[in-house]
Amino acid sequence: MSEFVQIVLSGLATGSIYALAAIGFTLLWQASQTINFAQGEFVMLPAFFVLVGMHVIGLPMLVSIALALVLSLLVLGLAFKKLVIEPMLPHGTLPIVMATIALGLLMKEAVKEFYSAEAQPFPALVPGDTIRLFGATISAQDLANLAISMLAVLALQLFLNGTRTGRSMQATAQNPAVAEILGVNIKRMVLYTFLINAALAAIASILISPIYLAKFSNGESLGLVAFIAAIVGGFNQIRGALVGGLLIGVIDNLAATYVSAQYRAAVPLILLIIIILVRPQGILGKAEGRAV
Amino acid sequence: MPYRMILILLGIVALVLAPLSQGNYGIYVLCSWLIFSIAAMGLNLTLGYAGQVSLAQAAFMGIGAYTTALMTMAGVHWSFAAAASMGLCFLVGLGLGYPALRVQHHLLAFVTLAFNTLVFLVLRNEEWLTGGSFGIVGIPRPSFFGIETTKQLSFYYFTLVVFLIVAVLFYGVVRSPWGRAFKALRENPIRANSLGVDIRRMTLLAFAIGSALGGLAGALAAPLVQFIDPPAFALVHSLKLLLMVMVGGAGYFFGPMLGAALVTVLPEFLRFTEGYYLMIYATTVLVLMVVCPTGLIGLGKRMVARFRPQRVERGDLKQGAQL
Repeated sequence: MSEFVQIVLSGLATGSIYALAAIGFTLLWQASQTINFAQGEFVMLPAFFVLVGMHVIGLPMLVSIALALVLSLLVLGLAFKKLVIEPMLPHGTLPIVMATIALGLLMKEAVKEFYSAEAQPFPALVPGDTIRLFGATISAQDLANLAISMLAVLALQLFLNGTRTGRSMQATAQNPAVAEILGVNIKRMVLYTFLINAALAAIASILISPIYLAKFSNGESLGLVAFIAAIVGGFNQIRGALVGGLLIGVIDNLAATYVSAQYRAAVPLILLIIIILVRPQGILGKAEGRAV
Repeated sequence: MPYRMILILLGIVALVLAPLSQGNYGIYVLCSWLIFSIAAMGLNLTLGYAGQVSLAQAAFMGIGAYTTALMTMAGVHWSFAAAASMGLCFLVGLGLGYPALRVQHHLLAFVTLAFNTLVFLVLRNEEWLTGGSFGIVGIPRPSFFGIETTKQLSFYYFTLVVFLIVAVLFYGVVRSPWGRAFKALRENPIRANSLGVDIRRMTLLAFAIGSALGGLAGALAAPLVQFIDPPAFALVHSLKLLLMVMVGGAGYFFGPMLGAALVTVLPEFLRFTEGYYLMIYATTVLVLMVVCPTGLIGLGKRMVARFRPQRVERGDLKQGAQL
């Protein structure tokens, strides 16, 4: 029993990080119909910004993290929107899909060539102590990860529901034409969404890299998990992405213990296929009218 | 158009003559170009004509390659094994596409993405069948009516014949009422539906046929290298195939061939750049997508259109001319 609790809790911790990536993914989809196939690489890259800050420039860790956050906002938020997505919006979804795939490849290869092809140790924010809770042993790191990502999600929810800008962003996501008529600067709102996605990716990156080590190919599995979490939870819901992320984290951990290590990666995929068969709008999603 | 026919004939002559001046490696590159062209043509049917993103073309190549490898090594002739590979991929395509196409939203992209990863895991883990990460070695090359294809050159001609048959059939399909229905639902699904085209059935069919072509490409790839292992059919290769179609020009008949040529031959030219090859490649695709999302053929058409004499509409009638 205590082993079970332990597995579930550490699953929730990784799941909450997946949820950050999944929420960013969902936000981008809502705001600009961008399916970001580079989302995994978006989570991979900021960790290397931190490493560059610490090892190449020689800054202390917290300063490096701040630098990474700023760089992420500039590169993954502003530049991504202005240089890649904006020129392509009139051409529909498909070229954007291709371009984000290419962008992911570019980011991956660039890290491999210019930093290192080896997995890099990444400093943890919290010391590696363990805490005993209900007979289960939990690492302080897991608890911190869970707390930080939940705080981030909470802050995002408060921002989206509680501020004028947040509500304008929601309006833009729901109906850009009407939002524009009502005086919302939709271009700016979409830009905000991209910035939020970049920030979420950076947080996820800094939280997950101490566990998985920073490696150029991390994005492949992270991206896949983010897609699955977003779809399982409900493609058009932030809450859905949160639930999806947590669920995938727990299921992934349970599968690694109770199924087989070889087919561990298959379990979330099978979950995805079942969800699409049974409840295509996702667990929390509202059914959208068919586009056709 | 007779001049088009002449161009195609010249192209075929060039394909026949191309390997003569090449060494074994050069012929191998040409063979893999033809094989990837077949897979990319299949994907072009799904993507360019039916407008659905499939990220599992490499998985279908894998299914085809393993089926063919296992069957030919058990003594079955290649043509039966290839037919079985195509059939299997067709059925898997139907099974995979049916649930995904119930809802729009590019769900097929995600289902196929998951499927490709699943196939990779199965190929790697089921050692009793697939040899696990060691793969399968020593796949025999087929012989037809006593003609062996063990030599690289004769295998090239065998691949070329299959490629030409596929190209002709594909051309037929695209110009048949079916093919026109595919195009119609890509251009305007609602109108296509109102004209009596069953959208879901047509999209599913396009996806399944495209998958079967992936299987055929796999059936050719297995005897070409005579060795197959799971990483050759990983998700990256599905992305590569997708890029071939997009870079060449999705929805154009010759697009996938051009794209496949670029993707298989470009590394040879860019070899001097070593590790930077993929970065240059990714940047090229990115720029191409931003500048011209219809791919190279689309870009070519735009260039041609620019230099051709055009009718100039009277400025004050522009609104009317557009209507």
